[in-house]
Amino acid sequence: MRRLIVGAMALACVQLVHAQPTTAEGIARYREMLADGNPADLFEAKGEGLWKQKRGPKVASLEQCDLGKGRGVVKGAFVELPRWFADTQRVQDLESRLLTCMETLQGLDPTVIAATPFGRGEQANMEALAAYVSAASRGQKMSLPQGHTKEREMFELGKRVFFFRGGPYDFSCASCHGEAGKRIRLQDLPELTKNPGDGIGFAAWPAYRVSSGEMWSMQRRLNDCYRQQRFPFPGFASDATIALGVYMGVNAKGAESIAPAIKR
Amino acid sequence: MTHTPRIALAAAALLVSGCASTPAPAELDRLTLEMMKASFREQGIAKLDRLQQDLGQAACSSDKPPAEAVAKEIEATALASIKWPEGGRYLGDWRAGETLAQNGRGMTWTDAPGAPSGGNCYNCHQISKSEISYGTIGPSLYNYGKLRGVKDVAAPESAAIVQYTWGKIYNSKAYNACSGMPRFGHAGVLTQTQMRDLMALLLDPASPVNQ
Repeated sequence: MRRLIVGAMALACVQLVHAQPTTAEGIARYREMLADGNPADLFEAKGEGLWKQKRGPKVASLEQCDLGKGRGVVKGAFVELPRWFADTQRVQDLESRLLTCMETLQGLDPTVIAATPFGRGEQANMEALAAYVSAASRGQKMSLPQGHTKEREMFELGKRVFFFRGGPYDFSCASCHGEAGKRIRLQDLPELTKNPGDGIGFAAWPAYRVSSGEMWSMQRRLNDCYRQQRFPFPGFASDATIALGVYMGVNAKGAESIAPAIKR
Repeated sequence: MTHTPRIALAAAALLVSGCASTPAPAELDRLTLEMMKASFREQGIAKLDRLQQDLGQAACSSDKPPAEAVAKEIEATALASIKWPEGGRYLGDWRAGETLAQNGRGMTWTDAPGAPSGGNCYNCHQISKSEISYGTIGPSLYNYGKLRGVKDVAAPESAAIVQYTWGKIYNSKAYNACSGMPRFGHAGVLTQTQMRDLMALLLDPASPVNQ
């Protein structure tokens, strides 16, 4: 599978050099080529298995997990996250909500999971679970609720976090994602202060990353953004990352979710 | 008197909606700083002091530009911060400058302590014509010196643009309070030698940038 993907990517790259279409066009063509074989399928299947498997000290599945639409409802949950949860008294994104369910239903320790490096142990499971849950809303439009005061507050805080400049390079999220039609090298950058369009930005993550052969959740995407912003390390499922999710997700209202997407 | 319950109801409704509204902007600003502090931890060379904003970072952390007086203060402070090159030697080697411009590494939590940083230039700018993989966040720098009439960098008529270019690389905020460009000299990202090489890439008539 990997060799096929690399070959296909190389083909896409050759096309890029010859005709110089935009990266987005190259990736769109690449996605088409892989229409029946997005490796994200494998992660979705793994995630579904994990969702239904009795695990953890409490030997329970996640089938009773409430992702915002009632216990056990997976379909349609992703396009309404992050949202307010009365039981935790917090606005939570997909990953932080999964953490809650893994703790309450299965007895797993959320602080241990949050401290685990991406791609390992329970974090690898988390990415598969995120792929499974997001896939159940594929094709639906982003529709984050803003009815609760705390949801609106998190939008306002997320906007401020988005524009927060710091670090040795003076970067903020807005440095790269504040204007339309910009690139880093050949990589197109979505403008995240408004709806960037169907399947772009917030409506594309989790995604399978061809370059690393990994499934990245939104948490991991944000983590690597902050690394490149030369910031300190954002805590997994920390409030700043959830607030950013609210800001980007509300801005993307109406955009069709293609998660888990496929990325370069 | 029959109006009283209605007034009371209206007052109650006001109170409820008042309770349910988001905090005032100043309070949201305070909560944001609190949230940032609580959400990040240090990793490798990326310590928490990177979240301590100076005047310019704080004033440019919004979708609106700062007040003109604040912008002027940021620019004046930045201009005063610029260290001009020792011996008045502004130009190094454009070949080394091209390598540096290609290099996007440095200062992340996965970089080793003391590892030299790249210039990151191609991430945001077109520079040499032969490099097609360039970003567009900053303006094109292709023909930078040529377009500004630099035929001899040592000539007196070139002095203004040579000095401006050094200043821009050293502290971009001297000329634009909320410039998106890092302050390569001021923040200690690049050494004087590295900045001289980038200067040559942009200004040397022999550099591929000016062909």
